[in-house]
Amino acid sequence: MSSTVTVEGRLGFAGYATCFSGIVRREFLRFVNQRERFLSALVRPLVWLFIFAAGFRSVLGVSIIPPYETYVLYEVYVVPGLAVMIQLFNGMQSSLSMVYDREVGSMRVLLTSPFPRWSILLAKLAAGVLVSLLQVYVFLAIAHVWEVDIPPLGYLAALPALVLSGLMLGSIGLFLSSLVRQLENFASVMNFVIFPMFFASSALYPLWRIRESSEALYMICLANPFTHAVELVRHALYGSFDPTALSVVTLVTLVFFVLAVLAYDPARGIMIRRGGPAGETT
Amino acid sequence: MSAADALRVENVSHWFGVRQVLSEVSFRVPQGQFVALLGPNGAGKTTLFAIIARLYHSRTGAVRVFERDMQREPSRALADLGIVFQARTLDPDLTIGQNLVYHAALHGIVKRHAVERSAALLARVGLADRMDDKVRTLSGGQARRVEIARALIHQPRLLLLDEPTVGLDMASRSDIVADIRALVREEGLSVLWATHILDEIEPDDGVVVLHEGQVIASGPVRSVASEGGLATAFHQLTNDRRVKENA
Repeated sequence: MSSTVTVEGRLGFAGYATCFSGIVRREFLRFVNQRERFLSALVRPLVWLFIFAAGFRSVLGVSIIPPYETYVLYEVYVVPGLAVMIQLFNGMQSSLSMVYDREVGSMRVLLTSPFPRWSILLAKLAAGVLVSLLQVYVFLAIAHVWEVDIPPLGYLAALPALVLSGLMLGSIGLFLSSLVRQLENFASVMNFVIFPMFFASSALYPLWRIRESSEALYMICLANPFTHAVELVRHALYGSFDPTALSVVTLVTLVFFVLAVLAYDPARGIMIRRGGPAGETT
Repeated sequence: MSAADALRVENVSHWFGVRQVLSEVSFRVPQGQFVALLGPNGAGKTTLFAIIARLYHSRTGAVRVFERDMQREPSRALADLGIVFQARTLDPDLTIGQNLVYHAALHGIVKRHAVERSAALLARVGLADRMDDKVRTLSGGQARRVEIARALIHQPRLLLLDEPTVGLDMASRSDIVADIRALVREEGLSVLWATHILDEIEPDDGVVVLHEGQVIASGPVRSVASEGGLATAFHQLTNDRRVKENA
């Protein structure tokens, strides 16, 4: 029954890698086991694409704006926003599962790993991003069948952009999971985070159109990191690069990841304030 | 201060807001010994376990596992620690094998070794043929035994169990107690076993009596127990304390 690997060996770099891949594998298994989650993650953007976009095609004309070099149909415009919307929901879903893990106690198992908390949280984040990438590329494939043409190289160029936007939305979700006290409160995250982030952004309409109707709303959309995630992905899909979007997305990712690490720190984080899962005696 | 201590808790105090839940808690678990942490519900046992397991730091005091300070050398200290929490912490959607391999990965153990060790540990707890079953198909007692196997997968030298028999029937309870005692006897494992059930404690054990966040007695059961036995001593100790507080 004895293992040949020493404790020091287990805690070295190879151990980090094992721990990292173990967390990613577990999240992936959970995802595979929850087929309805995959389905609902796909249905949401497809409803927007098939119904909303088709309906609004004639109402909302889109002029030539970067990165597009010609007039585009509304469903072409809306695809990058919907791809990042998948990641937004996925980030919040990961956050929800963190709150659930905390309530049922399996968070305790995760946090008693001998590896540093930041590396554990990074692995959780990476796992969420991987799952979201899978969903996004299936969505993009369906959009392609729906005759939303994206340059073949764009799919490849968008990969780093999607990784970064996934990390940003995952970090925000991770931080939010430390603020949400109970699972039941998660509906307010939907109301106060997901919907405002999605609607007050360039996902559904170009910012110049928003500016025409309200300067204040335009400023809100500009300040919304989701706008920059969408623009980063939109530009990457068409082989161009938006440095402002890249800077904003990188900065927001770092800020929220650091906040999440602090929130889960044993000396000052959520566990010290909230104690253990519900139902345990003190 | 013995170098052979598996666990030393020194002057640990903790507050949730303004409510003090632990006050100057100190005790030791000698290597290779079964020590019971005895206290009624609400005594602070789970909070103490959370601090020992580094879920959060205590406001004051120190925790050392085999001389490694939990705040200064958390990785090395946690590597020697196996924990069975009071709440059920297996993932019900995964198989037993997947749960064990996941836990092994959290300790840096690669899948191949984890599978080998899982098989051996499941055989030990009498669940050798359940590796590929979903956790939700297990009874309460079986799930607890899987949690014990999981806590042992990284070969810890100190095992913490927080009221592991709560909610189990008599047969499962005595099986689990016997399993853990066999590990202490045969493999020299050190154990801290939190409980409020006096029947789970034997005369040769060590005992730490925790009451309202304070250690009111500790040492070998024989020295803590009065002539009337541990039950009488426990009730006497906790009642004396109440009388003093009310005086």
